[in-house]
Amino acid sequence: MTLLKGGTPIEDSWVHLDDETAAPAGAAITVSFARWQAESEALKASGVTLGVRLTGDDAAEEITDDLNALQLVVIAFPAFTDGRGYSIARILRERYGYEGEVRATGNILRDQASLMTRCGFDAFDLAAHTDVADWLEGLKDITLEYQPAADRRRSVPQIRHA
Amino acid sequence: MYSYDQYDTQLVNERVAQFRDQVQRRLDGRLSEEEFRPLRLLNGLYLQLHAYMLRVAVPYGTLSSAQLRMLAQIARRYDRGYGHFTTRQNIQYNWTKLEDAPDILADLASVEMHAIQTSGNTIRNTTSDPYAGVAAEELEDPRVYCEIIRQWSTLHPEFTFLPRKFKIAVTASPNDRAAVKVHDIGIAIRKNAEGETGFEILVGGGLGRTPMVGKTIRDFLPKEHLLSYLEAILRVYNLNGRRDNKYKARIKILVHDLGTDAFREQVDAEWENLRGKGPELPPAEMERIRAFFAPPEYEKPGSNHQDYIEKLRTNAGFAEWVRANVVEHKQNGYAIVNISLKPEGGIPGDATAVQMDSVADLAEKYSMAEIRVTHQQNLVLPNVRQADLFVMWEELRNQGLATNNIGLISDIIACPGLDYCGLATARSIPVAQRISTRFADLKRQHDLGELQLKISGCINACGHHHVGHIGILGVDRNNEEYYQITLGGRADENAAIGKIIGRAFSSDDVVDAVETVVNTYVDQRQDDERFIDTYERIGPKPFKEALYDAA
Repeated sequence: MTLLKGGTPIEDSWVHLDDETAAPAGAAITVSFARWQAESEALKASGVTLGVRLTGDDAAEEITDDLNALQLVVIAFPAFTDGRGYSIARILRERYGYEGEVRATGNILRDQASLMTRCGFDAFDLAAHTDVADWLEGLKDITLEYQPAADRRRSVPQIRHA
Repeated sequence: MYSYDQYDTQLVNERVAQFRDQVQRRLDGRLSEEEFRPLRLLNGLYLQLHAYMLRVAVPYGTLSSAQLRMLAQIARRYDRGYGHFTTRQNIQYNWTKLEDAPDILADLASVEMHAIQTSGNTIRNTTSDPYAGVAAEELEDPRVYCEIIRQWSTLHPEFTFLPRKFKIAVTASPNDRAAVKVHDIGIAIRKNAEGETGFEILVGGGLGRTPMVGKTIRDFLPKEHLLSYLEAILRVYNLNGRRDNKYKARIKILVHDLGTDAFREQVDAEWENLRGKGPELPPAEMERIRAFFAPPEYEKPGSNHQDYIEKLRTNAGFAEWVRANVVEHKQNGYAIVNISLKPEGGIPGDATAVQMDSVADLAEKYSMAEIRVTHQQNLVLPNVRQADLFVMWEELRNQGLATNNIGLISDIIACPGLDYCGLATARSIPVAQRISTRFADLKRQHDLGELQLKISGCINACGHHHVGHIGILGVDRNNEEYYQITLGGRADENAAIGKIIGRAFSSDDVVDAVETVVNTYVDQRQDDERFIDTYERIGPKPFKEALYDAA
């Protein structure tokens, strides 16, 4: 796996815990949505840096009260055709103003990079064989967009009437 | 009509370059077919039984002469000299090569066209009334909103991987010619008590294996909120539509399972967050787009108008054609002309490159260089002076384009069926051709009057059989083609799903069965009742008896 953030490959410093393992002291951890629902109060009190992992089945609304406590939201794409994560990311960014990291993981493709970026993803868990330079090229394919989205770039209608 | 500015042009050109790169990566193996498939579908490229099929978007069915000439050139250069106009006002080429696709898209871009989102689980080409802007009874030109939706839906980052495809249609006329009740979202422009125009929004209509008529979820949406409301509907669908079973993934299933009221509540909750924000267009942008659809300068009817009246009186063939194919125009002295792509024994919706060029020339000469594609798979010249009709009719006749059967039994909608399509279970085209030949006598067709016959070669219902007055569905029974007949469907403002009349007919018997249905109507009709009116009055029983009791 290669973790890409802000266009640069970085080490993943997060520990992605399963639902049983206790949080190691001083670590930055992510937990599943189910574990978050069960243990969020205890986790917040424990003083570790926190993130949560969502799938398309999870109701993003249920973590929105806790967004201040979350440094990372990981959104899983079980298949590249499953587009729910795009909506979840936009809701977090645009409706709730979430400014932490929103990371895409799972089955994500180079040709989805710019769409995901526009929806507010800023980090990508790339499959091991992904060519990072090529992935970054994919971000440059389309330089204009008709719709405003989470990346807050000016849309074509806004440019036309600036 | 709309004309690209530098931004539209740049975006479409970037898209062509992007697809060229994707095709290159597929050809050199960097992309697997599985990875490439959704990318090519987003550019309208299907792999069918014998070749790649490219579907080109004709936004809301409006074409210029220059664009139609390019479609002809593409048919000649990259296909076998013809194209096929579809029920969603698009054109598809059935014999293209993967390696040519980027060049075809570049040619299209040169005339402000594209194939973006003509396939895939995304928002498809928005369709509309083929008489938009010229129909006598419409409230305003619906294409303004179609173009607004076209731009908003193009490469929408959130809605490119929906549970399933998504189709939107807009009408502004009480006579619905855009089938808005059988679309994922139907938009009907309405006037409220204050005299303002806004939108009635319907959701959850559709055909396929579970046909449903759309439900109204909002009676009157103010115009400025169009895009925020659409975004709310799409978001609710994207998050909640079923993804476990592609046959239950359309929005109609979600609306049906939740119930219309609960669905509306979810949309309204989402809309609260979007209303007055992001996706809504600044008023200046709405006005910019509206200006492209301003009515052209029409001439006052001149003295030669009398010649037209005289020709109608003295030339029976011309008068018949006018009666069947020419429709009242909002402007005195002008006419809307339908060009039938359903010649006797022909393939519904097919047009040769020569015919496309001819229609482009005729449009330039007589119709302000504008052409429409209809969801009935015909073409329309929307702005013809009545005084020019006779000479134009003669030119159409020379090109074999003057078949006067619009709305009659041989004006058949048919899907490509097993002759082309990998999903089909039976052939559609030969059945359409045999019915067209059986009812070739135009006098008889005119006597039968309006009769919509629609044929699908499989349960996915691309031939709209569910909403045909007479619908025919091809099924496979032990490797033999059988055809099920449904009666009483309609796609207009009183949309209804047809009912299966009884057991299916073999390919040999299906045309006789259609004739039996038609003869039963003739026996039972009162005065000048249409087929659909007779059926709705007497119900299926007499038809059933005629079809099955004798045997």
